[in-house]
Amino acid sequence: MSITPTEREQRVLDRIDQVRRRPARVREERVTLAHGSGGKATKNLIEAVFLASLGNPLLDRLEDGAVFPVDAGRLALTTDSFVVSPLFFPGGNIGDLAVNGTVNDLAVSGARPLHLTAGFILEEGFPIADLTGIVASMAAAARAAGVRIVAGDTKVVQRGKADGCYINTAGIGVVEHDVALGVDTARPGDAVLVSGPIGAHGVTIMLARGELDIDADLVSDTAPVHELVAGLLAAVPGVRALRDATRGGVATILNEIAEAANVAVLVDEAAVPVQAPVRGACELLGIDPLYVACEGRIVVVVDGAAADEALAVLRTHPLGAQAAVIGRIAADPPGLVLLNTAFGGTRIVDLLVGDPLPRIC
Amino acid sequence: MRFVDEFRDASTARALAAKISKLCEPGRHYKFMEVCGGHTHTIYKHGLEDYLPDNITLVHGPGCPVCVIPMGRVDDAIHIARQPGVLMTSFGDMMRVPGSDGNFFDSNAAGTNIRMVYSPLDSLKIARQHPDLHVVFMAIGFETTAPSTAMTVLRAAEEGIDNFSVFCNHVTIIPAIKAILDSPDLRLDGFLGPGHVSTVIGCRPYEFIARDHGKPVVVAGFEPLDILQSIYLLMRQLRQGRAEVENQYARVVPWDGNPVALRAINAVMEPRPYFEWRGLGFISHSAMRMRDRYAGLDAERRFDLPGVRVADPKACQCGEVLKGVLKPWECKVFGTACTPETPIGTCMVSPEGACAAYYNFGRFDRRRVREVSRA
Repeated sequence: MSITPTEREQRVLDRIDQVRRRPARVREERVTLAHGSGGKATKNLIEAVFLASLGNPLLDRLEDGAVFPVDAGRLALTTDSFVVSPLFFPGGNIGDLAVNGTVNDLAVSGARPLHLTAGFILEEGFPIADLTGIVASMAAAARAAGVRIVAGDTKVVQRGKADGCYINTAGIGVVEHDVALGVDTARPGDAVLVSGPIGAHGVTIMLARGELDIDADLVSDTAPVHELVAGLLAAVPGVRALRDATRGGVATILNEIAEAANVAVLVDEAAVPVQAPVRGACELLGIDPLYVACEGRIVVVVDGAAADEALAVLRTHPLGAQAAVIGRIAADPPGLVLLNTAFGGTRIVDLLVGDPLPRIC
Repeated sequence: MRFVDEFRDASTARALAAKISKLCEPGRHYKFMEVCGGHTHTIYKHGLEDYLPDNITLVHGPGCPVCVIPMGRVDDAIHIARQPGVLMTSFGDMMRVPGSDGNFFDSNAAGTNIRMVYSPLDSLKIARQHPDLHVVFMAIGFETTAPSTAMTVLRAAEEGIDNFSVFCNHVTIIPAIKAILDSPDLRLDGFLGPGHVSTVIGCRPYEFIARDHGKPVVVAGFEPLDILQSIYLLMRQLRQGRAEVENQYARVVPWDGNPVALRAINAVMEPRPYFEWRGLGFISHSAMRMRDRYAGLDAERRFDLPGVRVADPKACQCGEVLKGVLKPWECKVFGTACTPETPIGTCMVSPEGACAAYYNFGRFDRRRVREVSRA
């Protein structure tokens, strides 16, 4: 039985239609400029890499914006950009770092994190497998933090115009507690706590760059602190300020407290938890761990009377198991952070001008 | 942490401080210079002065390698970095040292490629990896860092690497100490000798200080207890009427230094007739240059340097601070026009500079703070 040319043409068209409806696939091994063109290559990348891992009803619609209802109350909104090098490091990669970092900014604002957005700037030639790995880590981190990535964007720039992959995020959360957090509310008599050993992320990154020839058994501390914070805010009245001790480390936050509230922050060096490998690397490099970045550690200012309670609550959460009271707020001398050194002397802890630079000898 | 905590023990410090106090003669004031910037850093970082009685003053010396680099040499380095195909490298400390037209960060923003390395061997590695670039290492430091520069030059020569050179700015400590001893405006009772330099040159080069100038010298380590114990040893010498060279840092410093390191320096470098020190001016035989044999690896000969001497800014009193004549806070511009953010002088740049150490760590009223801490 023969078929007419019209029927034959229709069969071909049907087959094309079937092929077009197959799940998207990225055939290239590396990101090309076409992936940022907005055409089919972009669509493939979005569907095969981003939606495959991050998909959810709000994101899957691929509209220009995500639309969702919110309960009456207060919202917290934050944004952050991630340019870490290397992109993959012991304990994480730029993907979970971006999700945790954004979740943490919302958490220390007193908010329950709700939705995130993610914008990718990719360098031509970036391996698709690396991108897939990064996105999978983002998905896992988002699941762990109970948030969804509801909007995204991808741009590709020419080789040499970026360093592999940059991620910009926004995050939105709801403030459910009746708290007014802010470093300017610290007053004399308050206690200062950290939620765990400091500096692991910064030192891990320095070592992962491979320029130092130092080996240490160390992983980044990147983690979402929203549960830790929620537990603290629910159980302890009198929390005045929370900060995520990222760039500039704990020292920078203590200075922000001293300046904003016009108080003195008195810190006991011996009370500040630092893991031995972090301390060792910092000693070798002549860097003070107080200035080294963390990605899952918070600084808490709490009414002095509630300090013990706050410490006990923090320690019930795995991320706060090594929480410690590291100092207190005093009236005098205003605007300064003073450190009682483990050696038994006193010094100030000032803001750094730039990155801590290693000393030569 | 082993090898660290035992040298920072507060109860040992209290016991040593009590012994130091007992050695003080009533009514007498003691002034000791810590020669090395590493000591200055330790003293401030650990708040060591809290342990000293009021009549002992520590005077900060010239041993901060970054602080003594004159502006003209920074300009020369930037000039080299501006040549096509050049990648300049140096230690992190150098990045913020001001030249007459900005520092290395400013220069990079304007298009040069000046990178921070942790060792001269890292520079050589970059040269091997980038045969298309000429990699220059700006070498700075006293005898402490000179051996590693020398070993790198020897290695480069051995491997026949010709896209690498060294811009040599190594200085030597003894001429600087002599300049201080000859300075009429300073009366010192003794010296804390530079521990790291002494690992290379040993203790004998300081003997003239005791013999000819009658001042005790104690070569000191860099942990706070090292320094406290060295102050105790200085006080004991004074009390017993002795002026000798003692070695507190014997766990690291051999009396005769490190002959292998000295041979390496000597093989590659020779003394310059004179060299300009920031704030101190020209001091004869106070620095090293590359020997003729290694001319091919000498950036000073490979590049045509402007070599212009740039006068220190008028307001800057780094010279007086480096000689210990002025305390950092006594400088006219300290903490106002000159801050770590906007340094006029080099002493405000390096973490080992006296001004930076005092500004970053020590800028408060100790008595007031003691009361607050007790409250």
